[in-house]
Amino acid sequence: MSMNRRRFLKAGGTLLAAGTLPISIVNASFGRSAHESFSFAYISDSHITHIKGNEFVRNWDRGLIRAISECNLLTPRPDFIIYGGDLAQLGTPEEIDHALDLMGGLRGKVHYVMGEHDYYLDLGEYWRKQLGPDHYSFDHKGVHFVVLNSILTYDTWTHGPWETPMARMKAMARLDNPNGSPFMVGAAQREWLRRDLDRVNRNTPVVVISHSPLQKIFKGWNFWTEDAEEIQALLKRFKTVTVLYGHVHQIQYNQIGNISFHAVMATAWPWPYPASYAQAESHLPKLTIEMNRADPFFERDATGWQMINLQTGNVDMHYLLADNRNRSVVFDRKLKRPLDARYRADADRIPPQVHF
Amino acid sequence: MNPRRYGLAPAGLSFGLVLLSSCPSHFARADEFTKEDLARWQQEYMTVVDQGDRLFHGGLGNPNTVSCDQCHPNAANTHPETYPKFQKQLGKVAVLGEMINWCIMNPLEGEVLALDDPNMIALQAYILHERRGVALVPGRH
Repeated sequence: MSMNRRRFLKAGGTLLAAGTLPISIVNASFGRSAHESFSFAYISDSHITHIKGNEFVRNWDRGLIRAISECNLLTPRPDFIIYGGDLAQLGTPEEIDHALDLMGGLRGKVHYVMGEHDYYLDLGEYWRKQLGPDHYSFDHKGVHFVVLNSILTYDTWTHGPWETPMARMKAMARLDNPNGSPFMVGAAQREWLRRDLDRVNRNTPVVVISHSPLQKIFKGWNFWTEDAEEIQALLKRFKTVTVLYGHVHQIQYNQIGNISFHAVMATAWPWPYPASYAQAESHLPKLTIEMNRADPFFERDATGWQMINLQTGNVDMHYLLADNRNRSVVFDRKLKRPLDARYRADADRIPPQVHF
Repeated sequence: MNPRRYGLAPAGLSFGLVLLSSCPSHFARADEFTKEDLARWQQEYMTVVDQGDRLFHGGLGNPNTVSCDQCHPNAANTHPETYPKFQKQLGKVAVLGEMINWCIMNPLEGEVLALDDPNMIALQAYILHERRGVALVPGRH
């Protein structure tokens, strides 16, 4: 009896959801594309920080709580949610547990990505115990998703003469550490990726999700993946590839050959663009129109979370910005690259988008 | 103004005597300095820059443990070359030290520093050192 009732409610719920879907979503499947259109949400870089006892940094807690609340209000419901890495600041069980307590309020299936702040205390042991493997793939409505752990580095650094595991964690947690070490996916995972992709048809849209950019922007802050070119080469034979990454706490997008790149925002705080560091060269993609300079007096400004539509096999990225006008960066099928829906030419930029 | 009435002349005289009596036996020429002097002054300056670097990267001892570099790696996006400037959120022209104190009070939830506190001077030395070579644009937003 109760099972029947549950089934009935479930079926009724599906009908109701279909009835309230906006027409544009329902009709958006393109003829030549074998997959159904769908959306997913993306939350990243919350850096939950333990102070002592049951105290955590309020500001970073609020960012994650707000992202979760807003994702719960999305209609239609995203099919799933990606958490893009750096749940914790120093990778402690207290921080990971508290962050997962908060994430428990999020409705829907979450796929997690490993960030360096989750990893370098115990080399990801507690994180994996709670959340499972740090690299995996899954298929959803005709799209092949791959999640990588891209924040590994040279063994000589990881297993160097650290006084304590926390000393190593703090060294990697400091973004501008001159004695840091570049991120990489590494040979073992690249081989896993090669084998994983072997069974995927070249016409299947592929979405690769990592914490660090799988492109080289600025080594000084690890806006960088050492073996980026080797991973790009493995993705070259596919018709449609998108790479989504966190870590940089800012809007970035790029197109390299067949691969579109999009960064996602942090819920915690924004990073400056690397060009604003006057003592080093950086390579922000020329395509990118920067986010607004942050107003520090509004603590969620220049933070955000994303709603991502996969309608054509390419990603349309909708930035839900906490204290700015929202932005959309949509794949332009004629130009074959991501394009901001509002800001196109230099003349369209607004003064807060000038970084120096 | 009658200097005697304000007691300036005697005070100035006694200050001069104190200076003379505290000088070493040789008289340094004020407008001449050596390469060794320059090296020592640079070293003194860099000592304070390094102290600022440590304070900036978690050395302030604020209870919530948030550090300046979390939002400002390499002190980027602090724009010391634009101060003093009209700080729209404060509604007045402010100096860099006031904004440093704003950050200490708010994201860092710590205790403000006097503008001449050695730690405040060290933080400014580090921030400006990371911005060296950039043209001054006071007032720029």
